[in-house]
Amino acid sequence: MLRSPKLRYIGSRLVTTLLVLLCATILLFALTLLIPGNPAAVLLGPRATPEAVQAYSHVMGLDRPLLERLAIFLGNVVRGDLGRDVISGRPVLDLVLEVFPYTLTLTFAAIGIAVLLGVPLGCYAATHPGSLLDQLGAVASVAFIAMPNFVVAVFLVLIFSVWLHWLPVLGVGLGGGWGDAALRLILPALSLALTWIGYIARLLRASLLEVLGEAHIRTARAYGVAERRLVYRNALKLAAIPTVAILGLGVGRLLGGAIFAEIVFARPGLGTLVYDAIAVRNYPVVQAAVLVVVGVFTLANLAADLSYLWLDPRLGRRPDGAA
Amino acid sequence: MTAALAAIWRNPTGRIGLALVLLILLFSFLSPLVNTQMPNRLDVLHRFMAPSLAHWMGTDNLGRDLAARMAIGGQIALGVALSTIALALTGGTLIGIGAAYAPIQVERVILVLFDVLAAFPTLILALAVVALLGPGLDKVILIIAVTLVPHFGRIARAQALSLKHAPFLDATRVLGASPARLVLQHVIPNILGPLVVLASMDIPVVITLEAGLSFLGIGVPPPRASWGGLLHDGYTSLTQSPWPVAFAGLMLTLATLGFTLFGEALRDAIDPKLRAAL
Repeated sequence: MLRSPKLRYIGSRLVTTLLVLLCATILLFALTLLIPGNPAAVLLGPRATPEAVQAYSHVMGLDRPLLERLAIFLGNVVRGDLGRDVISGRPVLDLVLEVFPYTLTLTFAAIGIAVLLGVPLGCYAATHPGSLLDQLGAVASVAFIAMPNFVVAVFLVLIFSVWLHWLPVLGVGLGGGWGDAALRLILPALSLALTWIGYIARLLRASLLEVLGEAHIRTARAYGVAERRLVYRNALKLAAIPTVAILGLGVGRLLGGAIFAEIVFARPGLGTLVYDAIAVRNYPVVQAAVLVVVGVFTLANLAADLSYLWLDPRLGRRPDGAA
Repeated sequence: MTAALAAIWRNPTGRIGLALVLLILLFSFLSPLVNTQMPNRLDVLHRFMAPSLAHWMGTDNLGRDLAARMAIGGQIALGVALSTIALALTGGTLIGIGAAYAPIQVERVILVLFDVLAAFPTLILALAVVALLGPGLDKVILIIAVTLVPHFGRIARAQALSLKHAPFLDATRVLGASPARLVLQHVIPNILGPLVVLASMDIPVVITLEAGLSFLGIGVPPPRASWGGLLHDGYTSLTQSPWPVAFAGLMLTLATLGFTLFGEALRDAIDPKLRAAL
């Protein structure tokens, strides 16, 4: 039906994304069925009377048939109604959206640091293979990738706040102005970024070396195109493809990792929200937060997939659209 | 096996990885034989001690010996990693081979399910499950295993597809071998190489996840020691003593770094062509 391979590629990615979101929602619904005991009783606590449990079960719709409950749940999710916070009675989506900007700021600050440090490192390593900085970078990036980000976070606190007293560490600095907030963002973002500096530098080095060996680059070089222009204009655009793909994945992983950074550095955010909600078994909040994270993760993957079309013109011409 | 180990030893970073892995194994399983301190014995008069001959790594906030607890933590981390990966490897391989031989509609459904599972951030999924069903080591192992199944499933499917019309399989089929015999005796041994490499590269991933969940207090339940839990306890009393944090972080870093270098060297030793795929 769709004759253009480009459109087919976009279509298949969109369908997969929708399927992922649908399955994720059903999975979250199914998980609530596995809660031991009656969820209404769990939420009301051990001192609830049987009548109260029954009444609350009715309010929650637990006495209806399973498929009807699933249909209602899906309908609510589509309309953006993710349930109410058990404790405050507020819509959980409000709670999630309230703290989400903090997590998003942290995630993008981390990606920003990773790109700012990783790209030049990768470019330098690829254009000076075997140099001291290249070898040092290779060792450092493996170490960065291997180190769990919560270990990095705790070590950063130990070094910069307990030993050196350099940076304000905990909290987001509400009321302290932009400068203070930015200072407090450095360490948490760095703890998340370290892994990705390593990933980006390594990946970019490998793909840049590959692209620089290709025929069209050799031809351009023979025509006298300046080396700097060759690397940064012609080769980098092609070599960036795998890096962009990894960054799409990175947004999701960073959202997961942000939980640790938020807890270690006592910052508000999705991670702290989920962490606190787990402690009191406030599961509508957990459900909503998980759904939002999965949604962002899936959309980031979709964005990465679609950005290939712009970065790699060869892709649109392939009949199967496979990368 | 010995050839692969020899190849890892010839690779400089592989040698570092192998040495670190051996160091972690020796420390976790043999040091309790030498170290006479009990991991769970409280001694509140000697809280937050610096490392000494009696307490190699010092003591924690309850005066417990850190070296003994780190060894227990190592046993748990390695135990969780191996059992999780064994589960995911078995499940993923069987489902992946099944997908390769199933009708196209079934294969599509399996691939979409793999996409869905891969789209779930493992840590977030684990948090959701633990929040709803309550904590427990068995659940942690199961959740991580389920999210790793697509890793192995995709590779197993791709490998099985490339073998599907291999002449030697056709010949075995013509000779009357049952499908089970075909898969167990002929397909699996031929696709195991990349899967084993993937398994070894997933070890640091699982160690990190287990430690992360224990750090959040929803992995290994106390008083049992785990690296993540020790790091968290150390963090809450960071101003009294830096030693718990320093040693727990060090153990985690050495273990993940060692297994990462080891896995990469194993990959290069078994099949350099995999470099692009894994």
